[in-house]
Amino acid sequence: MFNIERWQEIFDTINKNKLRTFLTSLSVASGILILVILLGFSSGIENGVRTQFEQDATNRISVSTRVTTKGYKGLNPGRRLQMTNKDYENLNEKYKEQIEYKTSLYRSWGGQVNYKEKQGSYRIEGVFADQQWIENATLSQGRYISQSDIEESRKVGVIGYQMKEDLFPNTNPIGKTILLNNNINFIVVGVYTDPGGSREESRLFIPITTAQKVFNAGENIDRIAYTVKMSDNFDEAVALSAAMSESIDQDLRTKFSVAPDDRVAIRVDDTLEEAQKIYGLIDTIRAVFWFIGIGTIIAGVVGVGNIMLIVVKERTKEIGIRKALGALPSEIIWMVLQESIFITAIAGFVGLFIGVGILELVGPSIEMDFIKNPTVDFTTSITTVIILVVSGALAGFIPARRAANIKPIEALRDE
Amino acid sequence: MIEITDLHKSYITGNTSLHVLKGIDFSVKEGELVSIMGSSGSGKSTLLNILGMLDEADSGTYTLDNTPIKNLNEKIAAQYRNKFLGFIFQSFNLISYKNAIDNVALPLYYQKVGRKERDEKAMHYLEKVGLADWADHLPNQLSGGQKQRVAIARALASDPKVLLADEPTGALDTKTSYEVMDLIQGINEEGRTILVVTHEPDIAEMTKRIVNLKDGRIIDDRLVNQIKAKAHV
Repeated sequence: MFNIERWQEIFDTINKNKLRTFLTSLSVASGILILVILLGFSSGIENGVRTQFEQDATNRISVSTRVTTKGYKGLNPGRRLQMTNKDYENLNEKYKEQIEYKTSLYRSWGGQVNYKEKQGSYRIEGVFADQQWIENATLSQGRYISQSDIEESRKVGVIGYQMKEDLFPNTNPIGKTILLNNNINFIVVGVYTDPGGSREESRLFIPITTAQKVFNAGENIDRIAYTVKMSDNFDEAVALSAAMSESIDQDLRTKFSVAPDDRVAIRVDDTLEEAQKIYGLIDTIRAVFWFIGIGTIIAGVVGVGNIMLIVVKERTKEIGIRKALGALPSEIIWMVLQESIFITAIAGFVGLFIGVGILELVGPSIEMDFIKNPTVDFTTSITTVIILVVSGALAGFIPARRAANIKPIEALRDE
Repeated sequence: MIEITDLHKSYITGNTSLHVLKGIDFSVKEGELVSIMGSSGSGKSTLLNILGMLDEADSGTYTLDNTPIKNLNEKIAAQYRNKFLGFIFQSFNLISYKNAIDNVALPLYYQKVGRKERDEKAMHYLEKVGLADWADHLPNQLSGGQKQRVAIARALASDPKVLLADEPTGALDTKTSYEVMDLIQGINEEGRTILVVTHEPDIAEMTKRIVNLKDGRIIDDRLVNQIKAKAHV
């Protein structure tokens, strides 16, 4: 296939027909450009949604109770449902096979925290040690709450990065004493960061046992959160997780005598099922974008095919001469195919590079909630290149066949 | 060299069948310079196309250099054309975007001859037709006579058994025609077999044998006293 003479001939014809070649290339280049931009944005949407989503572990089940809205078994609506340590322990025992990480939570919405003359209002959450994994938090300094902190109800706390910025702008917070609600001292043992950003990083985590004591909550808890063990098969994991949430929901409804259709009183949220829906949505978006992109390329390819037909028509005489001089039909086919592939490939690469360039240039500045860092990865680029060569060959095929079928006697007939 | 017997060819257009060649028996020995004459419609071009394997006869046999020419598919026809035949056309049929030397080298390219050897051979034949200095010129920078000489060099490049010339002087003025005929005579002197289709009697007189066609039959086949073109240049 590599043959200097043939390449020279291709360059000769292209040189002779600069405008025509340019216009053809333009349609292919813009097709690829559009495809690349669309794919970039589909990956941007994917990145954005993933980031939004992965603030917390994706395989999380979270359980909370509120106030009943419906009467049931002679009980009036408006009852406040209060979970306790006992409920937490029962569920732990019942689902220990499926549970990966577990925590219960007791929280106080607005806690005033002071360090020296600086102060701020933060959410205080009493949790177990596993909270770190359920929350997808990363420690940037120190340690997280430990099992012995919980057993001994120590007055220690892990602060979010935003709190560190507020209260300890220039100091290392580890080991420092902060004052909670003007009466209880806590020692800072760690600083965490969270993919969720500054809102998620404005919380103070303390041992749940300590929280229940200092807020006089007795055995009460506000929320229970688990992550479920993941199996290799995502769909299977989703099904297991959904079954477990459903079962927990049932357990609590029985325990608290809540109407089966009271969706407010008891909430069991299963992120994995949500994740599946959203990943499904991302897949759909990607498929639609590919579809549009491929459609655009087809339009470009038809353009190239059309031009090549005209080229063959214009070169009928030349092809006739070549055949009279002994060119084999296969050589004529290759000549036309190679030109078509060459034009599509070069034009396509130009489109690809411009598209990638635009994404590189504009991408980082696009930071909307659901679009983040649109880029085209290596695999996608390779795929588009393959699409290009194949489509070039397709575009050239019919014209090449026509060229090979030219009869020299007809081509050489003097008009 | 060429042996044809009882050659028939009809063209069917719609409902009417046009019987163009009605049984041609004809042979050419090596080294002959033959002109095929006839008015338009006599079948002389059809005969040349069949000889050139650009067209196929309906019936009859055709043997070229002891090779029976039959059941040609495109591929074999192309190979035979490249191996046996050199074409010279009335309208030169040079490839417009290739310079003289590349045009001459084209049949060698299809013989898979390497580039260096190709250029050497092409240059040799350009020298032979007296156009070595014009090797880098494109066809539209050459005069009609020069174009035809490039075409002749091209026809010679593949060292064919037979040269087939279809009205080689048809697009040239008298003086240039004679120059071209002088070249053709020279090539024939070196022993190459050449067939020339023409309708000009003065050109025919410059060959060694004239075959006259009328309505698809040979009506006259005679040897002539060749008139040397050089005398008229």
